[in-house]
Amino acid sequence: MKTIAHRMKRSALALSAGLALTTSMAVQAADTIKVGVLHSLSGTMAISETTLKDTMLMLIEEQNKKGGLLGKKLEPVVVDPASNWPLFAEKARELIDQQDVDVIFGCWTSVSRKSVLPVVEELDSVLFYPVQYEGEESSKNVFYTGAAPNQQAIPAVDYLMNEIGVERWVLAGTDYVYPRTTNKILAAYLKGKGVADSDIMINYTPFGHSDWQSIVSDIKTFGSAGKKTAVVSTINGDANVPFYKELGNQGLSAEDIPVVAFSVGEEELSGIDTAPLVGHMAAWNYFMSVDTEANTDFIDSWHAYIQNDDRVTNDPMEAHYIGFNMWVEAVRKAGTTEPSVVQDALIGVSVPNLTGGYAAMMPNHHISKPVLLGEIQDDGQFAVVWETSGTVPGDAWSDFLPGSKDIISDWRAPLSCGNYNVKEKTCSGQNF
Amino acid sequence: MIKRVFYLFATLLLLAGAPLPVSAADGFEQAIVQLTERSFRTKETAIVSIAESGDERALPLLKRLLDGDVRYLRYARTVVYAEKAEGGYRITEVLTGEELGIKDRREAKRVVINNALRSVLRRQIASLSLNSDAPALRLAAVREMSGGLDDETASALEARQQVESNATIREAIDTALALRDLESEDKALRLAAIERLHGSLEPVATLRLHDLAEGEASAEVKQAAQNALKAIAFNRDLSGFGETLFFGLSLGSVLVLAAIGLAITFGVMGVINMAHGELIMLGAYTTYVVQQLMPNHIGLSILVSIPAAFLISALAGIAIERGVIRHLYGRPLETLLATFGISLILQQTVRTIFSPLNRSVATPEFMSGALEINSALTLTYNRLYVFAFCLLVFAALLFILKKTPLGLQVRAVSQNRAMARAMGVRSEWVDALTFGLGSGVAGVAGVALSQLTNVGPNLGQAYIIDSFMVVVFGGVGNLWGTLVAGLSLGVANKVLEPWSGAVLAKILVLAFIILFIQKRPRGLFPQKGRAAEG
Repeated sequence: MKTIAHRMKRSALALSAGLALTTSMAVQAADTIKVGVLHSLSGTMAISETTLKDTMLMLIEEQNKKGGLLGKKLEPVVVDPASNWPLFAEKARELIDQQDVDVIFGCWTSVSRKSVLPVVEELDSVLFYPVQYEGEESSKNVFYTGAAPNQQAIPAVDYLMNEIGVERWVLAGTDYVYPRTTNKILAAYLKGKGVADSDIMINYTPFGHSDWQSIVSDIKTFGSAGKKTAVVSTINGDANVPFYKELGNQGLSAEDIPVVAFSVGEEELSGIDTAPLVGHMAAWNYFMSVDTEANTDFIDSWHAYIQNDDRVTNDPMEAHYIGFNMWVEAVRKAGTTEPSVVQDALIGVSVPNLTGGYAAMMPNHHISKPVLLGEIQDDGQFAVVWETSGTVPGDAWSDFLPGSKDIISDWRAPLSCGNYNVKEKTCSGQNF
Repeated sequence: MIKRVFYLFATLLLLAGAPLPVSAADGFEQAIVQLTERSFRTKETAIVSIAESGDERALPLLKRLLDGDVRYLRYARTVVYAEKAEGGYRITEVLTGEELGIKDRREAKRVVINNALRSVLRRQIASLSLNSDAPALRLAAVREMSGGLDDETASALEARQQVESNATIREAIDTALALRDLESEDKALRLAAIERLHGSLEPVATLRLHDLAEGEASAEVKQAAQNALKAIAFNRDLSGFGETLFFGLSLGSVLVLAAIGLAITFGVMGVINMAHGELIMLGAYTTYVVQQLMPNHIGLSILVSIPAAFLISALAGIAIERGVIRHLYGRPLETLLATFGISLILQQTVRTIFSPLNRSVATPEFMSGALEINSALTLTYNRLYVFAFCLLVFAALLFILKKTPLGLQVRAVSQNRAMARAMGVRSEWVDALTFGLGSGVAGVAGVALSQLTNVGPNLGQAYIIDSFMVVVFGGVGNLWGTLVAGLSLGVANKVLEPWSGAVLAKILVLAFIILFIQKRPRGLFPQKGRAAEG
């Protein structure tokens, strides 16, 4: 009963949204296609998100030079949600309702995505989300072009276990949702591989932690038990610099105890002296140092666009590159920018990535990506030391958590569900 | 037929993988080409053959490979040394020493090494530099070889021991040889080795002794190993205790540095200055600017920054006092709000001028690294310097307040403003100077913090709460209270951290202070007498 009512409500909403869209479209002069860019340009997240805004503007400009899309020019609509989570929802509504954008590229933190989620679902729009995240989500209206945990954390751990022979694990993270979920998945995965409880050390620190003395000393003691030890770090942003400094000062080199980070990229390393960090690792799906024609072209056009040859490129930028090209491809295929049509057209679209392969949109709205392990070099770049042999499809619901093991996501008809329990054969809808 | 092709193929593979022994120079030249291969395994073989070639060009090549200075030309595959220069890299051929001009990064590709190769390189460099002139290199060489000796390296070490003059290195060689003797067939030799490792804090020694204590056949040796392990455990506990104490004192010294300026403005003058953290931040940014002005003298720039940061923060403090706070004396709530506003303005100003990104302040050579007491106890230099600096600042401040005319006037005004004015003290002037002094000290704290943490617009916010906590706990208006409170909170935090985690440790300390203030509202060292009544 409830589900029927729910569905009716939803279709009514979709209908009214559709009506609103068609009427407003008729009013609007139909010579441009509007693309919404929802990234913070002020506040704490401005550091990371401004770069993505510039990336989007660059991509749109290039597409227009190539003659636009469906015979029309693309027109970027940039708004500033100011690192303020509720404002993300308001700005998203403004973009869709008042500006009539056909697609939104945006968000960085998980909390901003969760804030925008009900809006894009209610107004049935399309959001491309470009950052690696903790998974456990799949929405009809969101396309996740960043890595799910199985596209970053799990392969990194596999590499350490099989290639380096690591037997003891320190899972260190900042105390919030992404590290906690990722570490929960990793701990379950490691135990499944036969690692004993006593060989896993989990440690959380507050945001911006700066006094790492005793933690680094603990890691040192933990690592001197005769088994090869590695640190898997989900330490966020600022806290990394004093952490790596303390590692260097206490004489822990990457050869003794390597640190693999999931939140440290080229952008974070630019401006700090990386000499003491040489050899520590990061797992991403893209590195600026990857030597392919596509990447060299991308870096050149980025330098030309931003007019600064010292600017670096990073993983979320590649995610936007892929996401944008997928959307363009899907619109071409569908012959319209109507979001509900594009949503279906997007599944199965495959475009080149920057690392010499192809990225395909999966039915669960995640994409396939290669996983690369890079070691930090003294020039602030990463040297790729290992990569998966092919691409890895993103898994929305982790197979290693008891709550989500049996859940799959498939947005193709007839299932059309982001949260389907294969054991109970029920779809919990989008309310999770 | 197929079989023959297979054999041919296998032989070819073998030839490619393991070059046949040839003369030294040829081996060197052959191996060097293999460095341009993509596979790390091939590179590893190449490094080992380079090291074993006996060629005199081997050691410099391996060292520069470790430093990441070795590249190769894209098409010719010539291995070259590369130095960063205008428009790319100035390159020199490794084999001939010939200069080949400047090439950009697309032409001169890097010989990529990974962690495994880095440790192979270090090991090979170590064995090549066992007889080096620098004691530090020799020690590193012995350490690298320790724990994995074969007959050849062991005899090299024994030979070295005969001529070695440095005591630390002799001891390290001794440990390395004892570790080898543990595996000897001869029981007496094993016992003697255990005796020599008695109480040694080398992690390898613990592991080997542990193996011996469990798997040894002879009861006598077993007992000896167990005794040695007991001694090691005792030494380790002692070192662990020393380490925790050091960590605590160093965290405490940071707290004291951050709080001591506040002890003056809040403690002596009674002004709740929420912008105190931003004055610390200004000091840190001053360090950054000074370092940008003199990029070639990192060590000197830190020393120059100390008076510079003091002046900048003191001037900012005086401006805040003259511009805002003096109109609000006696209205603590409004002072709190006004100074909070000032802190936001200062943060945003810094964001506008220096961008929201963190700035990196380089650490001078003499402050990086650690003082190694023994293998289990190392004291990092930057923390040692900050601790000494904290005591120095404290002593200077105490001197100013107790022994100078300014200090006398400050104390007079804070104890009884009306009486001081009646005696001819210009109380407004003293207020401004006191506030300037407190702010200047905050700036100096910023210089110290720039060596420990990120220099960014949010630096101040991280320390404001801790600073107030220390001052209130120590007793308002008492410098000694601030010192004792800061150091003891630091130690308490570090004692709690290992078993409760960093997050919970902070909470526990905070809860303790709240309870303590309930019991003794005036802190550890309350002011006594009439002055306390205000």
